[in-house]
Amino acid sequence: MLPKIQRVSEVVWEIPKGYRNDMRVPVRIYATEKLLKNMDEMVFSQALNVSTLPGILKYSYVMPDGHSGYGFPIGGVAAMDAETGVISPGGIGFDINCGMRMVLTNLTINDVRPKLKELVEMLFQRVPAGVGATGFLKLKHSEFIEVLQAGAKWCVEKGYGWEEDLEKTEEKGCIAGADPSKISQKAVNRGIDQIGTLGSGNHYLEIQWVKPENIVDSEIAKKLGIFENQIVIMFHCGSRGFGHQVATDYLQVFLNVMERKYGIKILDRELACAPFNSKEGQDYFAAMKCGINMSFANRQVILHRIREVFSKIFNSDPEKLGLHQVYDVAHNTAKLEEHIVEGQRKKVLVHRKGATRSFGPGSQDIPDIYKELGQPVIIGGSMETGSYLLLGTRQAMLETFGTTCHGSGRTMSRTKARQLVRGEQLIKDMERRGIIVRSVSYSGVAEEFGGAYKSIDEVVEAVSIAELSKKVVRLIPIGNIKG
Amino acid sequence: MNEGYRYLEDIAIADLAFEVQAKNLENLFKLAGKAVSNAMVLDLNSIKKEITKDILIESEDLEILLYNFLEEIIYYKDTEGLVFSDFDVSIETNGKKKLKAKAYGEKLDYKRHETLVDVKAVTMHLFELKQKNGFWYARIVLDV
Repeated sequence: MLPKIQRVSEVVWEIPKGYRNDMRVPVRIYATEKLLKNMDEMVFSQALNVSTLPGILKYSYVMPDGHSGYGFPIGGVAAMDAETGVISPGGIGFDINCGMRMVLTNLTINDVRPKLKELVEMLFQRVPAGVGATGFLKLKHSEFIEVLQAGAKWCVEKGYGWEEDLEKTEEKGCIAGADPSKISQKAVNRGIDQIGTLGSGNHYLEIQWVKPENIVDSEIAKKLGIFENQIVIMFHCGSRGFGHQVATDYLQVFLNVMERKYGIKILDRELACAPFNSKEGQDYFAAMKCGINMSFANRQVILHRIREVFSKIFNSDPEKLGLHQVYDVAHNTAKLEEHIVEGQRKKVLVHRKGATRSFGPGSQDIPDIYKELGQPVIIGGSMETGSYLLLGTRQAMLETFGTTCHGSGRTMSRTKARQLVRGEQLIKDMERRGIIVRSVSYSGVAEEFGGAYKSIDEVVEAVSIAELSKKVVRLIPIGNIKG
Repeated sequence: MNEGYRYLEDIAIADLAFEVQAKNLENLFKLAGKAVSNAMVLDLNSIKKEITKDILIESEDLEILLYNFLEEIIYYKDTEGLVFSDFDVSIETNGKKKLKAKAYGEKLDYKRHETLVDVKAVTMHLFELKQKNGFWYARIVLDV
């Protein structure tokens, strides 16, 4: 651990501005002492590099699930002055708008348990996952361009979803200002067949059980449609090859102009950036928004397939089965938002890389139905341990530009995980513990075993103590589909 | 390590890092290509050489030449569902760097290929390409 980290409160730590001469703001880390001690050192050097970027406001933040990434740490948050600041693809990640979606059912564990194997198998067939997976939608080039502009709205108009799904998605499932003319043909070619696919790695679709003892706030849970022993669904995926190509294309654009044209020192090539108000900055912002919309569309089509599968297995309409979306959150984006900075309302570009919005009660940009409660925050854990539904808070608006953690965060390399665990055996062990796993790859399952991740409980405890989010319910996996 | 590649345990824990070493640049590119393929498919011997793709890349910069070569492997996986088991590479380094390569492989088949993790992108994180102890050496982190 770096010697200069100072404790601000129980779960807030700071590296002061003077630690390195080039810092523009201090670094703030949200973590329990245990989580902080276990963070790899590169997290701190990366957060320090972020603190040097032009236009950064208040702090370079690290969330409790933070670990080293490329350029920015994962769990890194940086809000830039929209007038004087920069935009950096490294502050967003290759998987633009990777995010989480949560869906309710009115089924109970007793309804689902007898049909669980069948359900997992059909979901696995209908929601493609794994290396190079392609979806059922065969789009013409012009249709894919429409998706980039309209996101989940396009899907609902074509019958792949309900109007209310859009209400319960960040940006109503369609961020304004996406400009397909800023996208390469390569990006289009990579993404055109991938709508409705999970991908691999830590992407998954999970069937989860609301155990009565895991409801933390029963009054709020009830308002969100959560009840004891209910079955809910959660899934995690992003913009697939399309977003990856957008990030790759613009990384090279920014590296060419960063120092030469804009005089910004390159500390790390993955921290490539350009002024937000430059041609390159605005081009990337408009291209990145296409990635945001592609990802909303991806998750929308997956929801459509989930509804089809539940309808078939339980021989009932999705409406009667209560398959209502709770919310859809993005955790790899940069968004232009208004926040109070030093008493003034200001336009800021908030980079969240492996970090989730946690907008509190009364905030703009959250659906009316959640105005009183705060925004639902969906936090995915490892496939063995569990996940959380939280709510956004006013404190997060004041402290972290309305931001909280996104998941558990890896602590072990994939190769090491594969050496320790055999996928086939793990699947059998998990079945004995009541969790059915279906994957295209045994090795992929081994890489995602619970021991490769931080404790989700510890991560959520840290944001809960810091009041960046409020706990509603912890969810236990009973079925998991992964790539 | 003489000539070859190996995945690294201790850096980029959430992603997949590897280092590669070879006697000449051509072999380094070939082995780096195999390392990217091997990140996605457990046994490269399970991939038949049924399809050949020509890859042509030019760059002022040797590092970018390697970066873009590896990106092509990911591109073919996403656009045509292809995975490769071997490469023939020739590189011109006088003036503008030029790469001509042939990639040999086939369509991914989950029944015959034990897949590992989908590679999203090649990153510039800790990217190195240099001559070291009489070998060419590269270190690359893949976003997965």
